[in-house]
Amino acid sequence: MSRLAGAIEGARAKGRAAFIPYVTAGDPSLEATALFAKTLAAAGADILELGVPFTDPFADGPVNQSAAQRALLGGTTLNGILDAVTHMRASGLDIPIVLFTYFNPVLNMGRRDFCRLSRKAGVDGALIVDLPPEEADSYIEEARRSGLETVFLASPTTSPERLRLIDASSTGFVYYVSRLGVTGARENLSATLAEELNTVKGTVKAPVAVGFGISTPDQAREAAAHADAVVVGSALVKFARHDDVNKAAEMMNELASRMIAGLGLTPRPEV
Amino acid sequence: MKPGTGRYGDFGGMYAPETLMGPLTELDEAWRRIGSGPGFRAELDRWLTDYVGRPTPLTFAARLTGKLGGARIFLKREDLAHTGAHKINNTIGQVLLARKMGKTRVIAETGAGQHGVATATAAAAFGLECTVYMGEVDMQRQALNVFRMQLLGAEVKGVSSGSRTLKDAINEAMRDWVATVRNTHYVLGSALGPHPYPAMVRDFQSVIGREARGQVLNSTGRLPDLAVACVGGGSNAIGLFSAFLDDQSVALVGVEAGGEGTDTPRHAARFADGPTGGRPGVLHGTYTYLLQDADGQVRPTHSVSAGLDYPAVGPEHADLKARGRATYVSATDAEALDAFDALAVTEGILPALESAHAIAWAMKTAPSMKRDDILLVNLSGRGDKDVETVRAIKGKGHE
Repeated sequence: MSRLAGAIEGARAKGRAAFIPYVTAGDPSLEATALFAKTLAAAGADILELGVPFTDPFADGPVNQSAAQRALLGGTTLNGILDAVTHMRASGLDIPIVLFTYFNPVLNMGRRDFCRLSRKAGVDGALIVDLPPEEADSYIEEARRSGLETVFLASPTTSPERLRLIDASSTGFVYYVSRLGVTGARENLSATLAEELNTVKGTVKAPVAVGFGISTPDQAREAAAHADAVVVGSALVKFARHDDVNKAAEMMNELASRMIAGLGLTPRPEV
Repeated sequence: MKPGTGRYGDFGGMYAPETLMGPLTELDEAWRRIGSGPGFRAELDRWLTDYVGRPTPLTFAARLTGKLGGARIFLKREDLAHTGAHKINNTIGQVLLARKMGKTRVIAETGAGQHGVATATAAAAFGLECTVYMGEVDMQRQALNVFRMQLLGAEVKGVSSGSRTLKDAINEAMRDWVATVRNTHYVLGSALGPHPYPAMVRDFQSVIGREARGQVLNSTGRLPDLAVACVGGGSNAIGLFSAFLDDQSVALVGVEAGGEGTDTPRHAARFADGPTGGRPGVLHGTYTYLLQDADGQVRPTHSVSAGLDYPAVGPEHADLKARGRATYVSATDAEALDAFDALAVTEGILPALESAHAIAWAMKTAPSMKRDDILLVNLSGRGDKDVETVRAIKGKGHE
């Protein structure tokens, strides 16, 4: 079984949906990212999503945009992120890691090197936000060859035919965009989310993670009722802005713990 | 979508976020189905004639030709289209299509403000709601166009992220569109972005080349030897080139923004040779030449003209370059400003600073051509919007 699907299955065995936190790599530094990763894993996160900063994050809302900008100003590069992942693995971080990236940094590194070097560093999968399956043939081929799992997005505008294509192209899980729009916190979940998720669950074979706009434990619980995993990004990313990274990590721990508790589990003890 | 859809050789494609894949496919189908129908074409032609004022004239630049002493220079006068630039050809087409698709709102990005004005104009004429995204740097250098858009009933939203120029306005328009796509059409202003935009925008701008080809034939009895246009995203250029692609005797030249020179990093010449030039990459949904750093991050650009100040270029231009069918050169800020002055005093025409780049290259090249050669320049827009910018620059020069 895939490492990603395995982690989601592991959460299911504990009677809850998997919790997938997202942080922007290099915001405010890669050392801080390592601390956040360790903290979130200790809080009980099942999979970690690491955002690769890009100059033009047109699918992201203001919180993730400014996080990417801070990371780039600090000199964060894709190679640097992979080095940081290598260190995280060496220091015992064992939950699966998925890179969330725009396509150009991947293309610039080369599809083959991206897949190979990501795996070598200890990255388990990747989600490329502006690479739909229709354009992904050679990337998928390289990913399969090196053992990198491929996660694709589905959204409320995805047709049933494309949903099947997305399912066939995805390993690990399919990431469902909870509502039309960019990443970032929203007051309410979409009123039609439950119904949409039921349709998606009825079509795809892979586990379904839901994200975009989920920022509170209540929203996480509500979304989790119809999905296998919940992704929380901006609500955590906004803590990274705090002047004191230890304080930021504490706030991430607090929110992640409440989220996981809401999903039906008490936090695991510190590793 | 079939494999290879929207490809120009290796370039182009549909590198869009998932939420836009369905809507882009719908747009592609609507453009093919409704947009190619005789009813739609007749209606579009009526609007282009009765509202835009087409055909735009072809002007023989007699004094400029005489002064340079080489090829005969003809100007395709897109500056005389309603709103003062070629942008209206595309916005009328797209807004007409959006209305037939049942959309009630349109959004657009704008650099120089000409596309924003043209979208606001079409939206007003068809009774649609309109929001235009514009980088804050561009709002300053094109303040007059901001007010024009507001007068036309559009809401202008300043973009403060990134370099606060055209690319950031596109980012913000895409963010709006992913949230509002059910009732909103995104009127992308150039022949770039994900399929079907490069093909559709070229289609709506091809009227420039069709008219110009006929007009040159009519007034000289033959085809031009050279057709030149400025290239930001590349919509006026592809509109002009499209009519001549099969005429192998017609050399096609696109002029990019050389800014402070392509030996510096401060330019927007994606096709420039050497370490400061671009290389293939993906931005805003398309695979094309892109100004990027060693890590695949998009580089800041510079040009005196907001409309050329963009790090990527329409994918069909990348293919025309790869195939050697068109040549891409650049003109610096200083050369464009000189051309702006020269056209004003020799022909009584203030060109847009974007178009002045094409004029600059024509002025450099015409003297080395034969006297019976024909050089066709697309004068893509008028320079009224740039008067403040030019005055500020001249003011500085006199200090």
